[in-house]
Amino acid sequence: MSEESNNKVPDNRNQNEGRKSRRDFLKNVGLFGAATAAGAGAIYSGYKYEQNKGSSEMVRVLTEDNRLVMIPRDQIQTVTLDQDALQKRGREGLEGHRWVMVIDLAKCRNARKCVDACQSAHHLRPHEYHITTLVMKDAPNTAPYFMPKPCQHCDNPPCVSVCPVNATFKRQDGIVLIDNERCIGCRFCISACPYSARMFHWQEPVMADTYEEEQPDYDVELNVPQRKGTISKCLFSADLVRVGQLPYCVTACPNGVFYFGDENQDAVTNGTTKETVRLSQLLKQNAGYRLMPELGTKPRVYYLPPKNRLFDAPDEDMTGTQIQETV
Amino acid sequence: MYKYTDTSITDNPKLDKIAKDLLQPVGLNIRFHIWMGLLTLGLMACLYAYWIQLNEGLIVTGLRDHVSWGMYLANFVFFVAASLIGMLISGILGLLGQEWIKPIARIAEIIAVAFAAVAGMVIVSDMGRPDRLPYVFMYGRIQSPILWDVTVVTTYMVISLLLWFIPMIPDMAIAKSRMDHCPKWLSFVYNILSLKWTHHPEQYKILFKATRILFILVVPTAFAIHTVTSWLFAVNPRAGWDSTIFGPYFLTGAFVAGSAGLIMAMYFFRNNYRLKAYITTEHFNKMGKLLFLTGLIYLYFNINEYIVPGYKLKTADAIHLKELLTGHFAPLFWSVQIGGLIIPLILLLFKRFRQPGILTIIAVFVFIASWFKRYLIVVPTMEHPYLPKQFLPQEWMLYQPTLIETAITIAPFILVLMIITVLSKLFPVVPIWEMAELGEQHEAHETHPIDESSLSDETDIKSHSDE
Ligand code: SF4
Ligand code: SF4
Repeated sequence: MSEESNNKVPDNRNQNEGRKSRRDFLKNVGLFGAATAAGAGAIYSGYKYEQNKGSSEMVRVLTEDNRLVMIPRDQIQTVTLDQDALQKRGREGLEGHRWVMVIDLAKCRNARKCVDACQSAHHLRPHEYHITTLVMKDAPNTAPYFMPKPCQHCDNPPCVSVCPVNATFKRQDGIVLIDNERCIGCRFCISACPYSARMFHWQEPVMADTYEEEQPDYDVELNVPQRKGTISKCLFSADLVRVGQLPYCVTACPNGVFYFGDENQDAVTNGTTKETVRLSQLLKQNAGYRLMPELGTKPRVYYLPPKNRLFDAPDEDMTGTQIQETV
Repeated sequence: MYKYTDTSITDNPKLDKIAKDLLQPVGLNIRFHIWMGLLTLGLMACLYAYWIQLNEGLIVTGLRDHVSWGMYLANFVFFVAASLIGMLISGILGLLGQEWIKPIARIAEIIAVAFAAVAGMVIVSDMGRPDRLPYVFMYGRIQSPILWDVTVVTTYMVISLLLWFIPMIPDMAIAKSRMDHCPKWLSFVYNILSLKWTHHPEQYKILFKATRILFILVVPTAFAIHTVTSWLFAVNPRAGWDSTIFGPYFLTGAFVAGSAGLIMAMYFFRNNYRLKAYITTEHFNKMGKLLFLTGLIYLYFNINEYIVPGYKLKTADAIHLKELLTGHFAPLFWSVQIGGLIIPLILLLFKRFRQPGILTIIAVFVFIASWFKRYLIVVPTMEHPYLPKQFLPQEWMLYQPTLIETAITIAPFILVLMIITVLSKLFPVVPIWEMAELGEQHEAHETHPIDESSLSDETDIKSHSDE
């Protein structure tokens, strides 16, 4: 820019012009060089393409709008989604699906493998629960039973209604997510949730140091990196569901307690046996029910009652608290 | 409500004495500086506690996943509640044409402004991410009661500020010309705030009109602010909050807390600002009656709030009530209900207990109980969710406020005291021109003139012995 200011001085004009032409020359050389390089590159890639044509096998991939298409394997490029794209697809959800979970209480023996798998996937401490198991007792003279309890992904979610900043939201595929880049930490949603399904990061998350070193992109479908002063909750493993896998807890269970699937297709798959069954049949034959239906929250998690249990009834002292009768 | 007089206020013979009396406490003396210094020290300590909370996270409080709202929320509700006294005094009683409120109306507005302004800060101390406060405005969702609350609290604060300031404009003009001992900057402030007031009847006309509009506006706003605050709880499906009468329940509770607060402030100003001639025993008597009335309505709502669920004993309600009435909240619950409501109500029936000193003591009890009542509304409900709390460390089960949390809860009170101190030391707490006008009307109606009514407490009682 200093040349421009020199223009005011008439004596320098010639010198300036000389400089200018030199610049132009360099520019031209640069352009030429770039053109050569580009041309060479084009020729090379064309050559490569020719060479690979025919030899490359075709693979099937699922596009973002859920179409199955075929492309040559070598054409596949891994794209790293930027923050905005991750947020956008995370907020929209998967079109055409309505995810559901079925939990068979007869099979649960409180292995708590679901809890462990969830906590390691979502970077949580032992008492930070997205899913937990509870010892339930319906009446004084009935036997207690174990009940895994994730977020119910209510169709009429009170937590979403009360959130002041749209940090927690309901997607078209039925999943209720939390965006910890938006959450202001008011905890109104905790008060609103009748299932105690939400947790708060009262302190720095357990992996905070790692986040600082690696600075990973925030994926709203995994809610990692977790953040101090914000909410976290069960996400129905939206990141796995996107790539066609079962949630972390569902596959981790050794006892076949969890079924997960799509209500629209009326099919749920057992996480242990990988057996796929009709959702409607399963619920009908086993008298499936939802938790606290009287509240009108319309959960997307169904329970099958603990009849013909495979294991002994739980010991009443194991929870560290008195067993509270369910309401 | 205001009698519009044609005679210019400056001709009023009483004005000299009244202005002298009421302006005499104004000004920053050494006691003011010491007091403010102490408050600042206290505030610093509390801010340090907040600093720790900012760095460490809310882990430094007793809050955990189950009881995730605690003292901060109770404190917020209390602050909103206490601020409503401004509306009760100038809005409702003012519109009803009650003349006796005039000397205490400004004190009520000062309380309203102070508590409403600080309420916003109280809620920020509860946020996990206070840095994201702007998000409420950037991404605000109109469905959330928090949005409603933010809107009405701000509106109420602005109206209260105007209701404090507008009736004070003539006083600024009076003070400007009369306070020769006041520092230059203060006269400068008065000069600006007097807005070129000349006591022209036309100006008074506008003033009356403006305040009247504000009185009318402040009533629905104040109703909205506390109703919405109650909905922060009532919209959640939880035993103890799941109530349809939470709006009026909170509102009447607010009037109780506010009346008690006002009585305490009146007592303080009367004795420390030598205002016995203006804030008379009769005012305490009337405020005692007001406290009784609001307390009685509040008791009525309490009966509804506890007896109806107690009769049905739905499972969750039964657990909740059992904890309150006989469980570990019982000592607090019964002290609040008996010591802070029932006994004061009985005492207030007797005129003897509506004397300034004893009434103030009662008010202190009611005021403190009001705070704990908010605590009892917030915490027990959160301690008893529908599903059991299990596989958690013992200290996660029950809520135990920490020292840091307590310090952060005290900070807003210090701030309120600071605001009240500054406002009452820089500006007259009793409206000068209204007192002069009131005296004039009294004379016209051949009742006792204002300066006589205050010769001593005895004469005052006698002159009202007709009640
Ligand atoms: S279970 Fe709770 S957190 Fe989950 S969707 Fe329902 S209300 Fe929201
Ligand atoms: S804590 Fe976060 S997610 Fe929950 S209501 Fe507040 S802003 Fe929304």
